[in-house]
Amino acid sequence: MCLHHAADLGEWRDAARSLLLAGMPPEEVEWSRSDADLFGRAPTEVPPPGQNATPPSVPRRFLDLAEAVVCHSDPGRFSLLYRTLWRLQDDPHLIGFLPDPDMQRLHRMEKSVRRDCHKMTAFVRFREIAGRSGDRRRFVAWFEPDHHVVARTAPFFAKRFADMDWMILTPKGSAGLENGQLALSEKPAARPDLSDETEGLWRTYYASIFNPARLKVKAMQAEMPKKYWKNLPEASLIPALVAGAGQRAADMVHRQRELAAPAFHDRLAARRSDTREAAQTEAAGVIATDLDELRRHAAACTRCPLHCNATRTVFGEGPPRADLMVVGEQPGDIEDLTGRPFTGPAGQLLDRTLAELGIERKKLWLTNAVKHFKFVARGKKRLHQSPNRGDIDHCRWWLKREIELVRPKLILALGATAVESLTGKRASVTPLRGQLIDTLFGVRALVTWHPAYLLRLPDPTRAAAAAELFRHDIGKASEMVSTGEMVPPAGIEPATFGLQNRCSTS
Amino acid sequence: MKKTLQERLAILADAAKYDASCASSGTEKRDSTRGGIGSTQGSGICHAYAPDGRCISLLKILLTNFCIYDCAYCINRSSSNVERARFTPQEVIWLTLEFYRRNYIEGLFLSSGIIRSADYTMEQLVRVARELRLSHGFRGYIHLKTIPEASVGLLDEAGLYADRLSINIELPTDNGIAELAPEKEPGQIRRAMGDLRLRIEDASEPTKVTKRRKRFAPAGQSTQMIVGADGANDATILGTSSRLYSSYGLKRVYYSAFSPIPDASSRLPPARPPLMREHRLYQADWLYRFYGFGIDEITSARPDGMLDLDLDPKLAWALAHREDFPVDVNRASREMLLRVPGLGTKSVSAIIAARRQRSLGLDDLARLNISVRKVRAFLCARGWTPLRLIDRSDLRDLFTPQPEQMVLL
Repeated sequence: MCLHHAADLGEWRDAARSLLLAGMPPEEVEWSRSDADLFGRAPTEVPPPGQNATPPSVPRRFLDLAEAVVCHSDPGRFSLLYRTLWRLQDDPHLIGFLPDPDMQRLHRMEKSVRRDCHKMTAFVRFREIAGRSGDRRRFVAWFEPDHHVVARTAPFFAKRFADMDWMILTPKGSAGLENGQLALSEKPAARPDLSDETEGLWRTYYASIFNPARLKVKAMQAEMPKKYWKNLPEASLIPALVAGAGQRAADMVHRQRELAAPAFHDRLAARRSDTREAAQTEAAGVIATDLDELRRHAAACTRCPLHCNATRTVFGEGPPRADLMVVGEQPGDIEDLTGRPFTGPAGQLLDRTLAELGIERKKLWLTNAVKHFKFVARGKKRLHQSPNRGDIDHCRWWLKREIELVRPKLILALGATAVESLTGKRASVTPLRGQLIDTLFGVRALVTWHPAYLLRLPDPTRAAAAAELFRHDIGKASEMVSTGEMVPPAGIEPATFGLQNRCSTS
Repeated sequence: MKKTLQERLAILADAAKYDASCASSGTEKRDSTRGGIGSTQGSGICHAYAPDGRCISLLKILLTNFCIYDCAYCINRSSSNVERARFTPQEVIWLTLEFYRRNYIEGLFLSSGIIRSADYTMEQLVRVARELRLSHGFRGYIHLKTIPEASVGLLDEAGLYADRLSINIELPTDNGIAELAPEKEPGQIRRAMGDLRLRIEDASEPTKVTKRRKRFAPAGQSTQMIVGADGANDATILGTSSRLYSSYGLKRVYYSAFSPIPDASSRLPPARPPLMREHRLYQADWLYRFYGFGIDEITSARPDGMLDLDLDPKLAWALAHREDFPVDVNRASREMLLRVPGLGTKSVSAIIAARRQRSLGLDDLARLNISVRKVRAFLCARGWTPLRLIDRSDLRDLFTPQPEQMVLL
């Protein structure tokens, strides 16, 4: 069987199909290629289909493989493909069995072709030539691929460099785009003699981006083998860069600051120390007298190590004199990013419940017992971790000051952490739920579930019952503040600010 | 005298080379068949490799290396005597397009020293990206270094034109930043990363009306950490990376072994960390992201929280957990196969596909391009059981590089 094209899947496929229909075993077919045949000899005779011949079918994966393998320069590629095709007729699972020697060879060839295509997209270097056609600039490149990959790779260049005219010449054919029309040829091209001024800038860039302190010549050559160097304008710099690297790196180390820092550095440093001093005087021992100031101070809080891992302090929000204050546990994944309390899934559940009861969220002061998100990293997700006693104790200072400034008539405590923060005692929520409790701050609190608990209940009937109680508790709290049953507490003396903790290494 | 374009290119490329990232992958598919110039596909292309083994995919330059900050590890810090230069946005655009047309690069990675203010600098960076996209129809890859202190409006615009945005975390701990980069605020860096994550996620949801996605940094965000400039050990570094991956959906955390810079600050440690340390951190990072390892598993082998420089972290883990081996190559779960030293994600998939058809022996593994020498101590296969190999006391020696005998010249 004689084929005319070096890498034409369609041609091989037609031939292979007729051979298969004729029942020709692979041992009896000899595949050859001839460029001279294009117009000369009559096409090779294909035996007529045998009786009972059914049209052959192959797994899709085989055709994908074959499309690449026909581009390989190995003259045995056509017979290997035909033998595999023949074997696939009896054993279609062969396609997934990579340890088979034929499959292994096919995959190696495919990989080699893919790599060659990839290197062509990487290492083709266009040089500009004079003369425009209209507003299209003209470029020519010379490249030497290992395999017959010009036709396979040309569409990449056509899509990328659509607004210019270009030619890529290779010993295995050429491709060109002129006025948007892609033209291919299998004829070997001759190496053109070209130059381009911009290559000087490119070589400057190449030499400057190289870091002589980290010489790894083998790593470079694994990806950019020497066979490509002769056509890369930057590659002639490599020997000198490698040879001089040791000296340059040593110079870097030895060139310690012999000179004084530049003058503008001293001016900048003076300006910086002024602003730093001003900031320090502001922060030292000042206790916030309004909520905005408190929010600013809290944003810079480093009293516990949680701030090192979280994104930001999530401070409370609401009107400065809210009748009802809602205290949750701690910000979650979403709150940590938005910086606002109750904006994640639990917050949305709270919002829905408030809407059902006709309570306006913006009339409540919403906050958390702990102001930073505590979590452990698991792959791409953050898993919530309950705050421990220390976290709650550290953060109570902020909650206390919040209560002193907002002066709510009643607090709605969501979940065990809120209860612990408000009372100083750890307690289970279930027996307290729906009850009024005394807090450390002179305001009473009504206890209910945290909405995140409702989201975690797996049993739908239990979840629905709990949601009903949750709704009832919120409604009750809202009613208590609106009927004037509760009064705001008298002012409390603010505590002094404790020492700031810097976080440890972790 | 004003420096020539070539002189400034040399200075501003030299100043940018300490940024490790050069990736141009993971963005949307675009091409220029309907106008403009350039294309992007799933995976990027490395157009050249420098003798430091790093790929050159993007034109990686600074707009200017003047900087008002004084970060000890940075060559461009205000107290450094390095030569200074500045490009105009027009010059960067011209260089990008001319390099691109000659197929030298996939696009632009633009960063800058901070001049005047964060907003002023960020505005200049965004301007380059905007003009490349809108005035020149550039469809190639753009990576913008984002300044954490810049205003939110500039961030939004940057995401509109750039494929990837990155904010450098700089150092693994807040204390390290306070010590070596006193003008930077770690909380501000995290907040900016959080803002980016919200915007990227928001843009990946199709809008309700048109079903079209908004465009915001389709190749996501990445960051870079300097290794060995402060005292943080590998466990701390990897802990920080895992938190960054989980908190902000980062595509990559780059580790950059702090490299000697000319005119180094006296605040830095005198010795540089071995390049191998950086390599081991990348391997551990991969194990965390693609092989189902927890950071504590990877770093628990040694009490000082450092990775073994002689052994890759997967092998080190396997030697510390010999009781889990040998693993039967014909029966073990994907998760367990992924833990075998010498098997990667691709070879595990090939094994699982092949063993459906017949029981595999070592010869089959060899034909899957798996190094039998590396894996056979840890695997049972058809006709192969590692005879008490796993109990051998010299197992570690089988894998550690042998000291080389010196010869007389």
